[in-house]
Amino acid sequence: MSGLLSVADLHVSFTTRHGTVPALRGVSLSLAAGETLGLVGESGSGKSVTALAVMRLLDRAAQVTGGRITFRGEDITQAGRGIMQPLRGAAMSMIFQNPRAALNPIRPVGLQIADVLRAHRALSAAGARDQALDLLRAVRIREPERRLGAYPHELSGGMCQRVMIAMAISCEPALLIADEPTTGLDVTTQKAVMDLLGEIIAGRGMALLLITHDLGLAAQQCDRIAVMERGEVVEEAPPAALFGAPRHPYTRRLVAASPTPRSEVHTLIGLTPPLAVLAPPPGPPLLEVEGLGKRFGPGTPAVDDVSFRIAPGESLGLVGESGSGKSTIARLVCRLLDPSAGQIRFSGEAIDAFPAARFHGHPRRRDIQLVFQDPGDSLNPRFSACQSIADPLRKLLGLSDPAELRRRATFLAERCGLEGSLLDRFPHQLSGGQRARVGIARAIACEPKLLVLDEPTAALDVSVQAVILNLLDRLRRDTGLGFLFVSHDLNVVRMMCERTVVLQAGRVVETGPSARLFSAPTAPYTAALLAAIPHFNPPAALTPAARA
Amino acid sequence: MNATLRHAAWVLRGNPVTLLAGLGTFVLLLLALIGPALLAYDPVASNVPMALQPPSAAHWFGTDQLGRDVFSRVIAATRLDLAIAASAVALSFAFGAMIGAFCGYIGGRLDRWVGRFVDVLMAFPLFVLAMALVAALGNRVENIIYATAIINLPFYIRFARAEVNVRRNLGWVEAARCSGHGPVGVVMRFLLPNILPAMAVQVSLNLGWAILNAAGLSFLGLGVRPPTPEWGIMVAEGARFITSGKWWLVVCPGAALMFAVLCFNLLGDGLRDILDPRLRT
Repeated sequence: MSGLLSVADLHVSFTTRHGTVPALRGVSLSLAAGETLGLVGESGSGKSVTALAVMRLLDRAAQVTGGRITFRGEDITQAGRGIMQPLRGAAMSMIFQNPRAALNPIRPVGLQIADVLRAHRALSAAGARDQALDLLRAVRIREPERRLGAYPHELSGGMCQRVMIAMAISCEPALLIADEPTTGLDVTTQKAVMDLLGEIIAGRGMALLLITHDLGLAAQQCDRIAVMERGEVVEEAPPAALFGAPRHPYTRRLVAASPTPRSEVHTLIGLTPPLAVLAPPPGPPLLEVEGLGKRFGPGTPAVDDVSFRIAPGESLGLVGESGSGKSTIARLVCRLLDPSAGQIRFSGEAIDAFPAARFHGHPRRRDIQLVFQDPGDSLNPRFSACQSIADPLRKLLGLSDPAELRRRATFLAERCGLEGSLLDRFPHQLSGGQRARVGIARAIACEPKLLVLDEPTAALDVSVQAVILNLLDRLRRDTGLGFLFVSHDLNVVRMMCERTVVLQAGRVVETGPSARLFSAPTAPYTAALLAAIPHFNPPAALTPAARA
Repeated sequence: MNATLRHAAWVLRGNPVTLLAGLGTFVLLLLALIGPALLAYDPVASNVPMALQPPSAAHWFGTDQLGRDVFSRVIAATRLDLAIAASAVALSFAFGAMIGAFCGYIGGRLDRWVGRFVDVLMAFPLFVLAMALVAALGNRVENIIYATAIINLPFYIRFARAEVNVRRNLGWVEAARCSGHGPVGVVMRFLLPNILPAMAVQVSLNLGWAILNAAGLSFLGLGVRPPTPEWGIMVAEGARFITSGKWWLVVCPGAALMFAVLCFNLLGDGLRDILDPRLRT
């Protein structure tokens, strides 16, 4: 069979000062015209390097050390710019992860599309503009005439990605490479963008190489899926076979670790069900939020009339898309921001009147702690892990004896599954999962009563996420901590929380027990959110619950 | 620390200019420390019979109008010039970084007032401002230091403010607040140490500029007074003889000045490379 693209035994290594590091170790793929191949794997598995190698866009530090890349029967493994320039954009094109960063911020998007067209075809400015307009219509941007002159910052993330798609398909390439095209977009936007992409490649007979970490997304879009681990393709199969009966142990682990509408926290890492949550002691609610509002300058408020309560030891989920105000609520509850309206009561005590700027000295400071989204920027780059964990002990408990601090930090780190030998490392010497553990150890250092978790696993690979979620779940069972769990991932919230609040544009849309809310949502918005989650288990995707 | 040194060594291997600049800076510091002890001639003792001799084996850089050895004077001046520049830069760095960091972190009214003050300061031609300050405060070496420090202050304030501004909402700053740190703790223990590497680049680039500034003020007769050996004065005094072909009086101290400025600037560029996290892989 004469495929469109074939990659045979491709080896790529990077030259660093510590020697050569292999990135791809014998990758073989083939893609026929009009076919969709998914490339899944965790960060560092070599997905993007494969795509960049095909486009011949690899960094100067990278060398192809072996193998062949054949495109339309022509060997392009070592092709120079003269061969690649006419191919890129015209015969093969690429959609990048962060569309806003991939567009030129100071040029109207219409002109950017026209630039691509005019680079490959002899077109007048007016002709290119007309075609750009047609393309914007094809990617279903509303008011395309007006958007032609828009700058990227005037468009939403989803619209920017549509523009990127318009640019990528402008010259009708035979091969489209999409590198995490919807990572960072909301689920509903992701669904719209992926539906559009699927329609376009089907309508125009393009082949798609879809790179993603999201198994569900790959399952819904691809004819075949290749799983990559550490620079190798470990398994390749159609989605039904791959997810129905994964053969390679890594695939099995990956499938198990990906949250689905039916998974439980412990099944993600293949454990037996843990003990039930301790019955919350009777007494006043741990946290009561009433009519909370926050306004940043004029215009619509970021948070508007939000009320909820958390019982001691309870876990409450806060879900919503970007701009729903969930992170703002987390910061209001943590008293890092002052509310514009409403009350926050902690164990019956009103804490909203105390200004956030001076809350660091409030006796309740140690009771409410925050775990951050990006473990990369939540640790002081100049503190070792031990210093980071010991910092709240020093400030909030007034401990100063170095040996005692060290002993406590070691204990906390071990409790969070971080080896004591890693305590002297600095954040850049730790992996994402290890950094997340340091962040959690720091947050529980002073034995808070409420832990606010702001997308604690959003930046982590699924297998790491599975372990961290289990860690958090166990901590809660052991200590009776209350959780305010902020996330955009509905499957994660369903597993972690007893009750869930759904937010849209700063307002509460629906509140209820997670089990009920996810099986029979009452608000149309909740139903739309649930329907937009990509599932990799075809039968699960067809159950009434997920389609409601 | 070991890793930092290894990284520095790795950057320097690919960047010999920085290595040269570093060596030059080292030589300058050495001369400033022990140079005066090594001199064959007293830099201030005049020897009129030997006046205005061109460079020779006995007087490498020739002699000036009073018969003083130019080489000895150029070397002896290193200490004073470096001391003026270093103290001025240290002063503006210490105050500027602190003020800028607090402005960037706290914002609000403090930031607006300091911002306007900095704008006003920068609206003056800085060299003229320095001249006015020295003239008003009195013609002494300390006042050159203060004047140079004040005219450098706006750059440090702005730089520190901008560096803090991009970090003030990062997770670890919010975490510090959750750990019970107030604004002073956050700025002093968290933000300042993190902007230090970027500021070090600024300091090195600024040192060269401060040396020029001090020499410029002395050239105009402000601050250091004859017969003290100082590069700016030497150039000023030598300028009278340049029309009669006595080039060494101007060229030798001028070259020393240029060498110092060049070393600090190149070192600053190199430091930027060493500290650039994007190069740390």
